[in-house]
Amino acid sequence: MQRIPLRSSGFDPITSELIQVRLRRVLYVVLLAFAVLVLRLWLLQVVHGPEYRVKSENNRIHLRDIPPFRGMIFDRGGHLLVDNRPAYNLYVIPEEIRDPEPLLERLDELADVDREAARSRLKKAGRGQPFRPVLVKRDLSRETLAVVESHRFNLPGVMIQVKPQRHYIRGDLAAHVIGYLGEISETQLKSGRYPDTRPGDLIGKSGVEAQWQPYLHGARGGEQVEVDAAGRRLEVLSRKPPVSGFNLSLTLDNDLQALAEKGLEGKRGAIVAMDPRNGEVLALASAPAFDPNTFIGGIDRETWRAMVSGEKYPLQNRVIAGQYPPGSIFKIVVGLAGLEEGLVDPAEETFCGGRYRLGSHTFRCWKRYGHGKVAFHRALRESCDVYFYKLGRRLGVDRIARYAHMLGLGERTGLNLGSERPGLIPTSQWKLKRFGVPWQAGETISTSIGQSFVLVTPIQAARMIGAVFNGGVLHQPKVVRWVGKGGRTEYRFEPTELSRLDVAPEHLERIRRALIAVVHEPHGTGGRARVEGVTVAGKTGTAQVVNLETEKASTKGEVVPEKYRDHAWFVAVAPAEDPRLAIAVLVENSGHGGSVAAPIAGRMIQAFLGEGAPGAEASREAQGEREG
Amino acid sequence: MFDRRLVQNFDWLLLLLLAILASMSLINLYSATHGLDGAGIPRVFTRQLYWFLIGFGVLLVMTLFDYHRLEQLAYPAYLLALGLLALVLVVGAVTSGSQRWLSVAGVNFQPSELAKFAVIVALAKFFAEHGEHREAYRLRDLWQPFLIIALPCALILEEPDLGTSLLLVIVSFSMVLFAGVRWQSLALLTSGFLAAAPFVWSTLEAYQKKRILTFLRPDMDPLGAGYHINQSKIAIGSGQLWGKGYLDGTQTRLHFLPEQHTDFAFSVLAEEWGFVGSVFLLAIYLLIIVWGINIARNSRDRFGTFLAVGIVAVVFWELIINVCMATGLLPVVGIPLVLFSYGGSSVVSTMAGMGILMNISMRRFMFQ
Repeated sequence: MQRIPLRSSGFDPITSELIQVRLRRVLYVVLLAFAVLVLRLWLLQVVHGPEYRVKSENNRIHLRDIPPFRGMIFDRGGHLLVDNRPAYNLYVIPEEIRDPEPLLERLDELADVDREAARSRLKKAGRGQPFRPVLVKRDLSRETLAVVESHRFNLPGVMIQVKPQRHYIRGDLAAHVIGYLGEISETQLKSGRYPDTRPGDLIGKSGVEAQWQPYLHGARGGEQVEVDAAGRRLEVLSRKPPVSGFNLSLTLDNDLQALAEKGLEGKRGAIVAMDPRNGEVLALASAPAFDPNTFIGGIDRETWRAMVSGEKYPLQNRVIAGQYPPGSIFKIVVGLAGLEEGLVDPAEETFCGGRYRLGSHTFRCWKRYGHGKVAFHRALRESCDVYFYKLGRRLGVDRIARYAHMLGLGERTGLNLGSERPGLIPTSQWKLKRFGVPWQAGETISTSIGQSFVLVTPIQAARMIGAVFNGGVLHQPKVVRWVGKGGRTEYRFEPTELSRLDVAPEHLERIRRALIAVVHEPHGTGGRARVEGVTVAGKTGTAQVVNLETEKASTKGEVVPEKYRDHAWFVAVAPAEDPRLAIAVLVENSGHGGSVAAPIAGRMIQAFLGEGAPGAEASREAQGEREG
Repeated sequence: MFDRRLVQNFDWLLLLLLAILASMSLINLYSATHGLDGAGIPRVFTRQLYWFLIGFGVLLVMTLFDYHRLEQLAYPAYLLALGLLALVLVVGAVTSGSQRWLSVAGVNFQPSELAKFAVIVALAKFFAEHGEHREAYRLRDLWQPFLIIALPCALILEEPDLGTSLLLVIVSFSMVLFAGVRWQSLALLTSGFLAAAPFVWSTLEAYQKKRILTFLRPDMDPLGAGYHINQSKIAIGSGQLWGKGYLDGTQTRLHFLPEQHTDFAFSVLAEEWGFVGSVFLLAIYLLIIVWGINIARNSRDRFGTFLAVGIVAVVFWELIINVCMATGLLPVVGIPLVLFSYGGSSVVSTMAGMGILMNISMRRFMFQ
């Protein structure tokens, strides 16, 4: 046989010997390793086998979740608004039941279990981890608990566990700020944005509960528990304690909040009170409201449907997501624009005969027979429409829009509660793009009294009047003061200044004087917001909902259907010399701002700053300093 | 070209051992996965059956040419493997946080499997060409092998796949040790490793660190890896001497075992077939390994010997690491049990390795 010539073929005798020696060593190593494996298996299977057999047959090691305590929520005064209380939950262990139907029927009888929901949950869970208890009913009442316990002996595979449950101590107080919890959805589970969660977990669905979910949640703990075949706990093998979530301190003032909600009782509307010095929200009420406690046990379809559809829509936070025509409160914008653009001579008088004619259309003043001769100060004080029709027409819609944006209207304020909407400040370009039709002169007329397409949210309105009085600063509104736990503060929020008004100080001062006159001078439209000992400044607004319908009805003398009635606005600041409170009140379909909204704001100012109020002394001191 | 002696020397014993192993794997896989997706034959089972058939086909193909061809192809194949490893980092599919898979014509495979054998062939070529008449290598002689090992290792670590890169290092160093290293050099190397350990530690992913820490102190993670090791030990131990019987493993049936058809396939077997079954499986592996060493011994050239040693090392270390992991002697690193766990890439590439082993075995008389 011929040798195939290859470079490295063949061994010389020395290497060959070496290789043989080494291969023998390799063989020894291999045999040794196998001996170790066999020995290990002998130890596990034969020596300790019986113990492991017992463990695998009689004792089962389960992983048990220990849910963390969700962080608590306080108001700015340290009053507890939300905490956790123990709740008795009912579980079924899929592995330990043969046929779920009779059991579920029985549980339905005893504890009013939603059979359909429980069935699908059991089905889903049974496949993956048959030993993990499946929740079938949350928060049993004491009576139900007693009933179930007394039937325990013929309810195999049923288990009751005490779990911490979210407790909204003051019910629906500040519901729209706090938000509510709901079961995590499958998409949310898969999204990866909710780490450390399991099916059946409750997460924040709105308000700070949702926005601060990662902080409030904490970290889940767990234990390896040895249980017997009946699911009884024998021994805790090891344990990882859960970590509580962070607590939140809100900027809300409990008492002012309660008062705001009382003001809206039985109505639909929104109230927001801010500290104009830093943007902290002191009260935020939206009516109708809801009780977050009702969401925890899961709510049935019909209740849910009623909540998310229809006009009442209690889940909507009207303060940030309600977009309303501003009506006459928009005159602050138009007035400031007129002064800045040099179109207003404060001494110049205009005649208001109750109507203003443009082409074939007649625009009315709210005062049927007119104001007579009015100058700037009186026009704002008495909210003369005709004066502003004329001023608005000279300004044009685009200039008005510029000042509206400067005052923070038509854009989101950045309040971190989710679902904020921007409102709308129309421009001629917007109209052309949106409808393909050029802007009409008549639309400018109604824009100048806050009608036509203009939409603002109550929080924008409150911030706007705050900026007029605080030296022209627009803050980002905030509802959370700090986040922390156990005496340590994780985050503390400082005021965020977003922008400053670029206007002459004397023009702002002129607006301020007029707004004080609205409340304090005779014939002012906001007289009903007057508070003893406090200088209140404000502006009323009456926003028409549907121009034509209301006009038709009112001209015929018919009763206007409720949903077409006007929205009542009132925006206010107090004390005017040293502003500590900026309020916007909006009551839907209720009538005039001066008669409906202004008194509510007045009561809030009275309580917060008036005689005997905690804030009163400080404000009077400031007043004294200024005067002295 | 086709010598009659090739057929006469065909390694029937090795083929028989592999066939036994494949059958045991399939039988066990059926038990581990039946009932997972309803009644009938589990999909995983049929897929693994196909993989084994493909594997045996690849094995036969690997015997058809003279293995010395591989010596010429060693470096190009090595470069190709490196290229694929780099490619997987760019276009690879991401599954649970790591990029390990390439998809070609609808078939997914792990380039790291190819890389494993490319490194072995490259090292065999190096040791065949350098170092005849030499008793032991000095460190400075070994810079090339180190480079050959380090490049793919770094790329696999980047995926990240700690288990495979660790295995690659262990297998390669087994070959280097087999080639012979002077003890001074070995001491130097060891101290170098120890010095580099903190640095390597700092490059590990958080989950990898956690696994190692969990192994060292299982009570640190009672809900994660600690739980898995615990359940695996219960499964193996409760099998006792004779096992609970086929399809009767409670740990398996109730899915207490994590990854019971891949990383913990051995635990399933041990539970159902007991100590007797486990030792029988180990015996098959031992026979394959001893037979492989014998093939290395009978090879008529250094290339063949080193190649055989490398392939045997792969089987040996994958087996040891996996069984040690299942029995709680090593941390959970995610190395499947070679030729036993479910997994197409691993089955096909290992069968290719076995084919090469057979190739060496068949051509042991060629140079006489």
